[in-house]
Amino acid sequence: MNTTTLKQNLIKFQSIIALVIMCIILSFLSDRFLTAENTWNVMRQISVNMVISVGMTLIILTGGIDLSVGSILALSGAITAGMLKFGAGLESINLYIGFTLLGALVGGTLVGTFLGWFNGIAITRFKVPPFVATLAMLTIARGLTMLWTGGFPITGLGEDMAFIGTGWFFGIPMPVWISAVIVLGAVILTKRTQLGRHIYAVGGNETAAKLSGLKINRIKIIVYSIAGALAGIGGIIVTSRLDSAQPNAGAGFELDSIAAVVIGGTSLNGGRGTIMGTVQGALIIGVLNNGLVLLNVSPFWQQVIKGFVILLAVVVDKINAKEE
Amino acid sequence: MTTNSNIHKPILEIKDVSKDFSGVYALQNVNMEFFSGEVTAVIGENGAGKSTLMKIVSGVYPDYQGRVLLDGEEINFKNPKEAGQKGVVIIHQELNLIPYLSITENLFLGNEKTNRMGMLDYPAMNKEAKKLLGRLHLDINPSVPLNKLRVGQQQLVEIAKALLLDSKVLIMDEPTSAISDSEVELLFKIINELKAKGVAIVYISHKLKELFVIADRYSVLRDGRSMGSGMMKGTSRDQLIQLMVGRDLKDCFKKTNIIGYDEILKVENLHFRNPENKNDHLVSDVSFSLKKGEILGICGLMGAGRTEVLEAIFGLHPKFVSGEIIVDGKKQKIKCVNDAIDAGIALVPEDRKKQGLILNMNVKKNTSLACLKSISKFNFINRKKEAGLSEHFIKKLETKVSSNKQTAEQLSGGNQQKVVIAKWLATHPKILLLDEPTRGIDVGAKTEIYKLICELANQGMGIVFVSSELPEILAISDNILVLSESKLTAKLSRDGATEETIMKAALQEKE
Repeated sequence: MNTTTLKQNLIKFQSIIALVIMCIILSFLSDRFLTAENTWNVMRQISVNMVISVGMTLIILTGGIDLSVGSILALSGAITAGMLKFGAGLESINLYIGFTLLGALVGGTLVGTFLGWFNGIAITRFKVPPFVATLAMLTIARGLTMLWTGGFPITGLGEDMAFIGTGWFFGIPMPVWISAVIVLGAVILTKRTQLGRHIYAVGGNETAAKLSGLKINRIKIIVYSIAGALAGIGGIIVTSRLDSAQPNAGAGFELDSIAAVVIGGTSLNGGRGTIMGTVQGALIIGVLNNGLVLLNVSPFWQQVIKGFVILLAVVVDKINAKEE
Repeated sequence: MTTNSNIHKPILEIKDVSKDFSGVYALQNVNMEFFSGEVTAVIGENGAGKSTLMKIVSGVYPDYQGRVLLDGEEINFKNPKEAGQKGVVIIHQELNLIPYLSITENLFLGNEKTNRMGMLDYPAMNKEAKKLLGRLHLDINPSVPLNKLRVGQQQLVEIAKALLLDSKVLIMDEPTSAISDSEVELLFKIINELKAKGVAIVYISHKLKELFVIADRYSVLRDGRSMGSGMMKGTSRDQLIQLMVGRDLKDCFKKTNIIGYDEILKVENLHFRNPENKNDHLVSDVSFSLKKGEILGICGLMGAGRTEVLEAIFGLHPKFVSGEIIVDGKKQKIKCVNDAIDAGIALVPEDRKKQGLILNMNVKKNTSLACLKSISKFNFINRKKEAGLSEHFIKKLETKVSSNKQTAEQLSGGNQQKVVIAKWLATHPKILLLDEPTRGIDVGAKTEIYKLICELANQGMGIVFVSSELPEILAISDNILVLSESKLTAKLSRDGATEETIMKAALQEKE
């Protein structure tokens, strides 16, 4: 009996164990790894992926997928930057509206929310498979970003804006605060609320959920909207950190985010997984990236290694599932 | 009987064949004979073992006990392809065709003809397909995709596919279930042609009327055992029905519920249009009434519309359903599941794994799924109440679980069903609709579920109980509705009902 509980615990904490082992090895290989500076650096780097991955986890729990987060991130960032710097003007009637920082932040987040909602509508009302609907949004939002920015970065956004991405608060970087608050909110959502329970039920067995009176479409639309909003917040953090909204920001972020969710043990079939798993997944990817850079591994090899780590994580998960 | 067909030897013999699925026997010492140039009807109730037997003969189930002889030689097909090569071909009830491929491509799937270049030889295949369709009196271009055809025509293509393989024994599983009367005539013409060519035809159907037209012999299965066989000529409908029924519920189950006076549910002129075919009805003009504490059994053969009646009442198909539903004297408009729950109606669906449970969720969460709102405040679930709810029902229903955190997939069938029932009892229903609640669960658990149903009725709940098992219906129901081909064909009281009267009503056909 004792060995089985030990085994179960090993399985339960496999991601954390892997993370700890990685950290120990890296601290031996590089004396720059285990420093306060590098630790905060890693944390700050992964915070954007963490924020996006929370939304991605919710979507994958319902049995869906979102490929558009990177593009939504870029558009939200660009619109926040644009609102802040140029405001909104209607030349024909000689109207000009300037925005405060808060107004711009809300605006950027709302844009993300709207695009996520649009994904949800396409998926539920028009029955477009999530893969296709969000693939379409990936290019739509990227195109809109290009149109909004004219293909050039929007820079010089002011110190207040920069604080969000680069500032410190009680000795902890702002992006880490933001991602921590979002993670906490998502943990409560998934563990304690009706909506959270409904998300798991829809992903676990949509037919049974429907026969139990759950409003499947509404649940999915809310989840895609949340993911859109979080991608928007991610966009604000990225823009703020660089003090510029890059038109090609966030390209490929959907892959890192899906990787974090999958490494965290969430099933792509839906209904199984946790937010804390995703947090661990994001940490593993972040530490791996950082370690490989510190060890001067070529960026090309980094990609290869990252791919194998994702495969390994899923294979280990499958083997464990069989043993249970 | 002195027909000359008794003289020649059977082409296919089934000798003492048994088959069990993890200990439960689906077939026990079945004996049957099939003759060349004759149509043998295999008949029996739902679950009598007809399909299992045919799957053994056609190589779908290679593991069984007993012997199967083809032309006097023992055979044991490893798969349907091998059976087909030896001349035993089965036409399945459900279509095994690929909708987006053309008729030709479907006919030759797996046996494609190629030309010298190794490419598909469409001209040759189309030509042969055309010839084959001609034989079936089907005037369709063989390069048309299959999904452009009506279901009846698709069925005929399935038959054409079987004809392509030169068969000695042709098994037809409910071939007329989806085709129109004119197509049935066509089918019978083809069957007669095949008979003349010396093919032995095994014909499975619930429609006794057509068996008297097409079949030469019959063989009856009941509970996986052979009940007798003989020539159709000289046998009456009633004799066949007698052979098909006659089981007894082994454990003496005592009914305890008392019917109240108040009507709790009244259903009037319930219609359910077939979403796939405007002119067809899945339920037509069904009316009935249910009193507090009454257990109403609904029976009928597969496809008679039993499940559909429940789903129509439960609001699963609002676009296709019409009719009045009156709960506790109040007329209800039920357009979705939540309307039904609010009206006090609960449905325990037919397939507990696919429709009833979130398998990877634990017992506690499954139990509270349909009534989360009532134990939540500001969207936050009250975890104490939730745990209390599941504990209450685990005790009340005597569900065997290690804890309420055990996942549903780890439970046995009977306990899974109890969790589904608990989920619905948690919504405080006035009316409980149960669709095959005892399917696939062991005898002990079945009795417990009967007991539970009676208890619930005693507490004043109205119960509608759909089942394929007649003994079960007879044992537990106060009143019985019998459906046949979407229509209500009999309303029987407990005292007036026997398996024979039910079977007769269930086999009643549209005249």
